[in-house]
Amino acid sequence: MLYDTFVAPFAEFEFMRRALVGTLALALGAGPIGVFLMLRRMSLVGDAMAHAILPGAAVGFLLSGLSLFAMTAGGLVAGFVVALTAGLIARITELKEDAALAAFFLVSLAVGVTIVSVRGTNIDLLHFLFGTVLALDNAALMLIAAITSLTLVTLALIYRPLVLECVDPGYLRSVSRAGGPAHIAFLALVVINLVGGFHALGTLLAVGLMMLPAVAARFWARDISAMVVIATLSGMISGYAGLLLSFHTSVPSGPAIILVAGLLYVGSLMFGRGGLLRQAFPGRHLEA
Amino acid sequence: MTAALQFQDLTLGYDRHPAVHHLTGPVERGALVAVCGPNGAGKSTLFKGIVGLLTPLSGRVEVNDCRVRDIAYLPQIADIDRTFPINVYDMVAMGLWRRAGLFGGIGRSERKPIEDAIGAVGLRGFEERPIGSLSGGQMQRALFARLLLQDASIILLDEPFNAIDAKTTADLLEIVRRWHGEHRTIMAALHDFDLIKAHFPETLLLAREPVAWGRTGEVLTAANLLKARQMCEAFDTGAAECIQAA
Repeated sequence: MLYDTFVAPFAEFEFMRRALVGTLALALGAGPIGVFLMLRRMSLVGDAMAHAILPGAAVGFLLSGLSLFAMTAGGLVAGFVVALTAGLIARITELKEDAALAAFFLVSLAVGVTIVSVRGTNIDLLHFLFGTVLALDNAALMLIAAITSLTLVTLALIYRPLVLECVDPGYLRSVSRAGGPAHIAFLALVVINLVGGFHALGTLLAVGLMMLPAVAARFWARDISAMVVIATLSGMISGYAGLLLSFHTSVPSGPAIILVAGLLYVGSLMFGRGGLLRQAFPGRHLEA
Repeated sequence: MTAALQFQDLTLGYDRHPAVHHLTGPVERGALVAVCGPNGAGKSTLFKGIVGLLTPLSGRVEVNDCRVRDIAYLPQIADIDRTFPINVYDMVAMGLWRRAGLFGGIGRSERKPIEDAIGAVGLRGFEERPIGSLSGGQMQRALFARLLLQDASIILLDEPFNAIDAKTTADLLEIVRRWHGEHRTIMAALHDFDLIKAHFPETLLLAREPVAWGRTGEVLTAANLLKARQMCEAFDTGAAECIQAA
């Protein structure tokens, strides 16, 4: 019984195994990225960037159909262009970076949907927006694995300036020039992770596996390294449980994964340290 | 003996308006200098100029003892994100940046200096506490511990004892005295004249223009302080170009 529910779907069906491997790898890279996005107060920036990827991927689709390479390259180009222009606009004009991004992502989403509709059907559009986690082929899996590996190695390299730039940017500026390059490298990681997530979860949901586990982890950990671990684990659990949910109830798999991540977030919000329940019933105060 | 810092006709300011006007003079190696003057006198501006956060409008600062980057600088209001999930130990350990850099390990051999620094500022037992749970005085102690680890030959403290209680001030002053004993060069922006007279042998009285600079007893006279108080804080928006600058 337990075996039938929790293991059999993956043992019996190859597409379920692939989906599981893909989401686990995605969660491994997206977890830490999401934590840093949240701590840098850029939670919505990830969302905006995810939308910005759409027109690039759509152009790739327009040129060569559902080709992994074309869509990935298009998405990467669009993501980097938007990240850089938003940064530039913020630096040159009075507009803040988030305002510039908000403008960009709305336009990008509109352009992307238009381009996909020109060539493809509504089914293609749904694939773009919500992904096809159950149809990951070898190339897509390799791509996701490569992106995750690159992410983890790069994060290890820029971890110290990244943390310090969040805590005490003035101090970092006074001891090192690494702050700027680290920030750019980090933005690049956000883009490639979103492109990786795009293949599995689509442009609208890719950011879910990034932000929801991170925000949930905030309610449990007091220390950034613990936060990263919890976020990654919670992303992996979401992937596994979401695929099971989708298998047994025939809910679409991408949304099911994000739904589980959402449930974990709501649970953390209720029961976590500093969560609603603890605030409502704090218990009697302690001795000094 | 060359000076640790040398100001050459230094003018610093914002938008062409000077906030520190024509400052010239040396800060000798091992000096313990109080920088005082009314609000808006240019104390913080001077420090920013020394560490290179502000480019001089004219003149220059020569830093002779170390690279500019190796000056330890405690800003008046550090823009620290107190909600960031990092504990006191890790925060203090960042003081080792110059030694460890981007990638250098902070391992067993560094543990002792970090623990010593935390102990020296009286925060033993706080190592695991997140910085968000510290009081203002405890945070200042933690920042001093980080300064201790920076092991810098030039140390700039911008109003380090503001809103800090007497006990903490005394403890932190003890650390300043220890640095002085190690012949480090220290400049501190301060407002408390009694504290300056008791602990700082040299004083620079600043009111945009340098009013007086020298032995504390000779600088903090009634006449000098009156002169400093008369400084006009607001910029004259229609100010002409400075003749001295030409």
